[in-house]
Amino acid sequence: MSAAGAAAGCKDQTQPVQPPSSVGGQIHPYAGALEADDHQWVRATKDYANTRYSTLDQINTSNVGSLKVAWTFDTGTRRGQEAAPIVANNTMYVVTPWPNKLFALDLTKAGAPLKWSFDPTPSPAAKGEACCDWVNRGAVYADGKVIYNTLDGFTIALDANSGKLLWRTRMTDLSKGETITMAPMVVRDKVFVGESGGEFGVRGWLAALSVKDGKVLWQAYSTGPDKDVLIGDRFKPYYTGDRGKDLGVATWPPDAWRIGGGTVWGFLAYDQAANLIYYGTSNPGPWNPDVRPGLNKWTSGVFARDADTGQAVWFYQMSPHDLYDWDGINEDVLLDLPLQGATRKVLVRPDRNGYMYVIDRTNGQVLSATPYVYITTTTGVDLVSGELKHVQEKIPKTGQEIRNICPPAPGAKDWQPSSFSPRTGLLYVPHENMCSDDEVLAVDYIAGTPYVGADVRYYAGPGGNEGELMAWDPVAGKKVWTVPDKYPLWSGTVATAGDLVFYGTMDGWFRAADARTGKTLWQFKTGSGIIGQPISYLGPDGKQYIAILSGVGGWPGAIVSGNLDTRDDTAANGWGSALPNLKSVTQAGGTLYVFSLP
Amino acid sequence: MSSRCLRAAVLFAIASATIAMAAPLRICADPDNLPFSNRAGAGFDNRIAVLVAKELNREPVFVWARSRRGFLREQFNKGACEVLMGVPQGMKKVLTTSPYYRSTYVFVTSRKDHLQIASFDDPQLNGRRIGLQILEQDYSPPSLPLIRNGHAKQLVGFDSFGDGGAQIVRAVAAGRVGTAVVWGPVAGYFASALKLPVVLTPVSPAIDSSGIPFSFAITIGVHKQDAALCKQLNAALAQLRPKIDKLLAQYSVPVTSGLAVKEAQ
Repeated sequence: MSAAGAAAGCKDQTQPVQPPSSVGGQIHPYAGALEADDHQWVRATKDYANTRYSTLDQINTSNVGSLKVAWTFDTGTRRGQEAAPIVANNTMYVVTPWPNKLFALDLTKAGAPLKWSFDPTPSPAAKGEACCDWVNRGAVYADGKVIYNTLDGFTIALDANSGKLLWRTRMTDLSKGETITMAPMVVRDKVFVGESGGEFGVRGWLAALSVKDGKVLWQAYSTGPDKDVLIGDRFKPYYTGDRGKDLGVATWPPDAWRIGGGTVWGFLAYDQAANLIYYGTSNPGPWNPDVRPGLNKWTSGVFARDADTGQAVWFYQMSPHDLYDWDGINEDVLLDLPLQGATRKVLVRPDRNGYMYVIDRTNGQVLSATPYVYITTTTGVDLVSGELKHVQEKIPKTGQEIRNICPPAPGAKDWQPSSFSPRTGLLYVPHENMCSDDEVLAVDYIAGTPYVGADVRYYAGPGGNEGELMAWDPVAGKKVWTVPDKYPLWSGTVATAGDLVFYGTMDGWFRAADARTGKTLWQFKTGSGIIGQPISYLGPDGKQYIAILSGVGGWPGAIVSGNLDTRDDTAANGWGSALPNLKSVTQAGGTLYVFSLP
Repeated sequence: MSSRCLRAAVLFAIASATIAMAAPLRICADPDNLPFSNRAGAGFDNRIAVLVAKELNREPVFVWARSRRGFLREQFNKGACEVLMGVPQGMKKVLTTSPYYRSTYVFVTSRKDHLQIASFDDPQLNGRRIGLQILEQDYSPPSLPLIRNGHAKQLVGFDSFGDGGAQIVRAVAAGRVGTAVVWGPVAGYFASALKLPVVLTPVSPAIDSSGIPFSFAITIGVHKQDAALCKQLNAALAQLRPKIDKLLAQYSVPVTSGLAVKEAQ
């Protein structure tokens, strides 16, 4: 890999990469086509393009001030609530964190009473395996079924009407640390499922199951020989570094690919015209990069695959030989944008590593990679080779103290999904603004065996705010406006035709921002911190509703939901120092809030 | 510390004895992690915990909790139990007693190879596959000097849970790896219990040039506010010294002398 500042002798004076200032981007209505809106919310991402855009405009900038709680529902769990509520056929489906109960709520009746519920009785052992709280990111509705994953590694299909169990497929081996937290996605007769648990030396994969009976049709690994990765004749990666035989083996030390990580736990996107699915792979394992010399294909990258056969079509690696635990699982928003004098079919990806990638989704070429946060670790992306250019002095070295690593392990942005409004042409990105120090070695133990590991401390980046909501102009590659937040923004966003962007904060505020200016037009304080995915739908009464789960947790919020000791700076893997008072401003919770105009 | 602490503990012990079998002593333990603990109570930490509880005149009650990332600590902090066995001295997250044993990482080599590897700069490491267990998200600490010495590509990962300990020692005996570096109690127990033809050699020096220790003193962890319990446990451990040593020998734990070891802080 190329690395900046390798000159010997003199001190490297590489300047940190500064993101574009908060001005410069433009509002220009989107000219591309979007999927028709049925006013439901059948999958976490709303549409296959991942826009999370609702065409409903009853609630808009002029009346949002009078938005009120219509009804609430207590999930009975007090762990991080990351799920998107799913709405189909006047029923809302809510998945809880472990024990992964699924509730069906009848939207045709006052107060949306419980229609039925399903308890999968997952293994209690799964709680100990899940790295970052016991979250679930939601179900999917298709073909009269509600399909979702459980933390202990099952994919389950229920009759959407009755809640009757239709099939249940075991997808992971819990004893190997494999769990599932992601929201599955359905394309026609297949449901796509990937595993989590990249912290335990697992080998990541994406699988396609038959919607009909849950049979596994194919499984595409993220490491290993081409036949396991489903790399064949159709594979035409754009960059030469991704071409060659069995790179999923050759770019690792012998056998290391078997425990190489590359799990698949983010959201998938689907291009109907090309019949391609797109998804990111997580960081390689083990964490210490020194033990896995090589580019570690196919981790921390994005795959395009045929939606029917699973055959890989292209791959691009955002963070080759990842040094900082930068998962590549962030969402890909599929847009057709006027770029370089033509309309290009692209995917826009706010990546963990701090760059906003615009990638030609037909062939994997990076058209631009623009920093959207303060970055000290890299100096940019070489568009000729596709390589990420590292700053030598920030490369982690075993036993060495390295300060001011920006962005740190959770990245510039973690899993929390963005939204896109065709009315403004802007991408609404909830993200972090953080750095870390990798400090001295601390004593710890696991399974009876003592060891020393690096103490990691996270803290706010420049400006002192740990989080930010950003409106991004993907054509100009510039910010239009930003709203800073004291805590990392760990909730997703939804954009509506009422020119509103809804999002939540870790201290429990649910807000509506003006899509054009970012100005807070309405806010409501929920019972707990928000790390969920807001949605918008049309009720059977003809009214627009906005829904969000409140319940702090997730990786950073586990300090509250797991009641960790923030006096230990490294609690929840480094979050203790960043969120010392979170426990005093919010409590663990698990309540669904649904809002409407009076 | 000790004479005052000891006197207080003795007084306390007498006081509790009069209450006839005080409250149970709740001990968090992994249900499947030999040689340390298992649900059958067959691990040496199970048995030491029972001895200690009886010494305190309390009924030992095991709270089974898989000791993976964050979970045990989370259980512990929520008050699921009062006592954690096997906590390395110097761990900041809990209050620790005096050590009840000290051990070291060891090189495991096949007896027929006559290698006697003891240090990470031994040229006999060149070209051999080297087995290491994976702890949380990384290889165990011997990986660090091994990488420094240019052996990164030779590392082979093994699980650290369930039968992971048996697997790595078996892999050496079967020649699937040229050597392995394993925490002493794990290597000692499985080598002996499975009668494997392997040799264990303590890692030397005990502290690596970069400051990483390979020898650890092992204590019992209690909640930070439980200083009184900590003192009672110290008294009990002192009292039980000969019995504990005997138990550790039964489990073939390679015990190192305290004097040679400087604990990492």
